[in-house]
Amino acid sequence: MAELPERLCRITGIGQSEVGRPSPRSAIQLTMDAAFQAIADAGLTPADIDGITNYPMKSTEGGGISPVGVGEAMFAMGLDCTWIGSATHEGPGHMSAIFQAVMAVATGLCRHVLVFRTVAQAQARLVSRESTLLTGRHARVDGNNAWTVPFGAVSPANMWALYAKAYFAKYGATSEQLGWVAVNGRRNAARNPNAIYKKPLTIEDYLEARMISSPLRLYDCDTHIDGATALIISHRDTAADQPNPPIHIEAMGMGLGGLGQGIHTGDFTCLPGAEKAGAMLWSRTDLKPKDVDNAQIYDGFSIHTVLWGEAMNLFGKGEALAFIDGGQRIALDGELPMNTGGGQLSGGRFHGYGHTYEACIQLWGRGGERQVKGAKVSAVCNGGYGYGALLLRTD
Amino acid sequence: MTAIVSSRPPRKLPLLEPDTAFFWTSGADGHLRILRCGHCGHWQHPPLPRCPVCHGDDLAPQKVSGKGRVISFTVNHQAWTDGQVDPFVFAVIELDEQRELYLFSNVLAAPDVLRVGIPVHVTFEQQEDVWLPLFVPVAGENAHG
Repeated sequence: MAELPERLCRITGIGQSEVGRPSPRSAIQLTMDAAFQAIADAGLTPADIDGITNYPMKSTEGGGISPVGVGEAMFAMGLDCTWIGSATHEGPGHMSAIFQAVMAVATGLCRHVLVFRTVAQAQARLVSRESTLLTGRHARVDGNNAWTVPFGAVSPANMWALYAKAYFAKYGATSEQLGWVAVNGRRNAARNPNAIYKKPLTIEDYLEARMISSPLRLYDCDTHIDGATALIISHRDTAADQPNPPIHIEAMGMGLGGLGQGIHTGDFTCLPGAEKAGAMLWSRTDLKPKDVDNAQIYDGFSIHTVLWGEAMNLFGKGEALAFIDGGQRIALDGELPMNTGGGQLSGGRFHGYGHTYEACIQLWGRGGERQVKGAKVSAVCNGGYGYGALLLRTD
Repeated sequence: MTAIVSSRPPRKLPLLEPDTAFFWTSGADGHLRILRCGHCGHWQHPPLPRCPVCHGDDLAPQKVSGKGRVISFTVNHQAWTDGQVDPFVFAVIELDEQRELYLFSNVLAAPDVLRVGIPVHVTFEQQEDVWLPLFVPVAGENAHG
């Protein structure tokens, strides 16, 4: 049987720009800050980079969701790539650029791919703080948005609140339990020099914060930032000569379904697409969920960690919030340390890429005050519309 | 007890597109209509050109009972544009005709009497050439799910 493509690849370097709200640095500067850091970290020079991709393709919608494209990044950095990709919002979401890079390396199109994700959503908010869905130049709303926006649901917060409420009702879970996702994130962010929010947060603070869309409160929602993350995916044959102990991509999984295409499946207490991603991932490895010693789970909203964690079998069905309750079992010294850099809730919306970056930090033992002792296997889960997961491990 | 009915959100109306205009204008005669496959009977919303179950192409809008139940709901407190907004209820309704036949809408009821699972029925709010299907609780019934 042919080897799995991800087994031919290693993560060999990572980089992250400063985080700002807003940052005085331009989006292309932030991108280059992260990229040059990652290239140097991998023991490479820009001349070694022969592949490039990002997530998602450059957007000119003005909200800062993806202000830098692969073309301008390549030219700005003086790279000479033979393989040039760019993932879209379609398919398995944030992780899709990493999946693309894996395929490009595994098929021999290139040896070292620079993968980056840049956001400048804080800079964009200086121009307008209003939802573009309500204030856009068109008088009426069309496409998939037409099914929700006319009823006032202009934010993903409204949609994910439906999931939280349905989950609470089905399993008897509570806001007091969900709040520990936010408290845990803040506790870890305080030990992450590049996190956006470090001020201590108690469960009382969480419960007293204003309601956004019930049951989701202020601290259930992640925060927009300016920043960029980069990583280098190399062929395993070159990784042995690079300075960092290579990080293996033990398995990957992807899926679509549930929310996001106007057609909804499931009962709003689970993520059918993430379950597909989890099933695919576990079918490609002999490792088991119990082998995971740190979990970096997408937390655009706190409820994502609950639904994703169950989809990945890291928690039993309906049991995630009982596990999370009190914050001890997901703490740095707990059974399953979660979002060890603060996640997006307190680290800032690096939009999925902060989670893969943090997994590498942990596996390389660079976590400093937030290091999980003996971290060897990380599960990384990304996405709230399309779903992708990685299982990363050390040698 | 006089229930305080939740407010209606600031609305941006849907564009009437070829595949969806029937849905948004259906309330003109007081009935909700959903696309249904003439071959296998599957109800499909949002509308699609072919049945996703049997791939038949003889779909047509058909009247539904307008009855359903609240699968989940949220009370929105955040103003997404500058200025204040009164809290309103955004919900997902499963229509009685078929499992997982979902509509997103507003439920016009006091948030504190709403529960997941309560039965609701459709009502319409006309604005310009659009009849928005909204929902109200069925009087005197409790959650059954």
